[in-house]
Amino acid sequence: MAEKMKLEIVTPYSKVLDEPVDEVTATGKLGEFGVLPGHAPLLTSLNIGELCYKQDGVTSCMALNWGYFEVRDDRIIVLVQTAERADEIDLERAKAALGRAEAKLKELSPEDKNFKVYEAALERALVRMQVASKAARK
Amino acid sequence: MPSLKAIKKRIGSVKNTRQITKAMKMVSAAKLRRAQDNIIAARPYARKMEEVLQSLACCAEGDRHPLLEVREAKRLLLLVVTSDRGLCGGFNANLCKAADRFIREKKSEYEEITLMTLGRKGYEFLKNRHTVTKNYPNLISKPNYQTAALLAREIIEGYEGEQYDQVIILYNAFKTVMSQDITFQQLLPVVPPEAEAASLDEGQVEYIYEPSVRELMDEIVPKNIEVQIFKAMLESVAAEHGARMTAMDSASKNASEMIGKLTLQYNRARQAAITKELMEIISGAESIKG
Repeated sequence: MAEKMKLEIVTPYSKVLDEPVDEVTATGKLGEFGVLPGHAPLLTSLNIGELCYKQDGVTSCMALNWGYFEVRDDRIIVLVQTAERADEIDLERAKAALGRAEAKLKELSPEDKNFKVYEAALERALVRMQVASKAARK
Repeated sequence: MPSLKAIKKRIGSVKNTRQITKAMKMVSAAKLRRAQDNIIAARPYARKMEEVLQSLACCAEGDRHPLLEVREAKRLLLLVVTSDRGLCGGFNANLCKAADRFIREKKSEYEEITLMTLGRKGYEFLKNRHTVTKNYPNLISKPNYQTAALLAREIIEGYEGEQYDQVIILYNAFKTVMSQDITFQQLLPVVPPEAEAASLDEGQVEYIYEPSVRELMDEIVPKNIEVQIFKAMLESVAAEHGARMTAMDSASKNASEMIGKLTLQYNRARQAAITKELMEIISGAESIKG
């Protein structure tokens, strides 16, 4: 496949990535989806989840935290609150966060205002660990 | 004329002051650079956010989002962003005066004006003149996205609960190191960024929206407010350091000038003392001779 798409990942603190890629997979609100060159214009929101992109046969992954995803003319713009590369993730910290969130969730009732907050924290920690372990296996 | 000793003491104290202002200038310069980097890093995000909002807003005509809806503006929330610390020239004073004037002028147009302040200086100025409903100190010195998001959520809740019909944020925008722009920006109801006619004609692309336009709007519109507040905070911090740097620079210059003047005065006084002594000796010698 000669054609490439331009993938930009932007957070409020920096531009994380701006590179040509062959294929992108991300976790949307409605589930995982993939994008190849020549995709129709698309605008969707992302869940807490991982985003993988293939570049010359090499797949890299990132852990994302809320954002949205726009495809237009083979340009992909991803706006997220945080994006971490697999090698940036501190596995120990993620594990600790997971433990904390689990303990809190056990204490709180699902109606509690903070329940959602910790649920999101739990999810973030899980995604981080998932992405990090993928990188470690390689 | 003050005595030699007094002048010398004065010179010493001015020198000390100059040292402090110089150090503060250096610190501000370093902080300014970091603040500027932050703004530059945040700009693409804000711009992209605007683009997406724009493409969404033009497609979602029939289905107005509650935060986009213009209500009759009766109650206004004014969010004033200043700094926690002083010694930065007219930075806080100008902004506070603008806020004060704004409130006085608009008082008749609105039934109620609620004031919220970010930063200690603005609070201290405004609390004596108007009622400040809420103050958020210590937020502005270290702006991060989380605090902006929390603030945005609070404001949106108040807006949806019809505590206010219009929200305006007032802050110093960073223009150059030397100058700041006092900016009134309407946060709510959201004014969809105006699409340029040209880009509308050619750029009208049929997007696939997932899950749906409405659901996307529900997420993006509040996010946009968070981003706007975050941007205002960053701008204000950068402008503050810029203003402090310039103020400290001119203070250092004034101190140097003053030291020069005092040294001249000191030397003159010394000269006068020597001349006086000589005169006494000479006249003494003359009288003995005579």
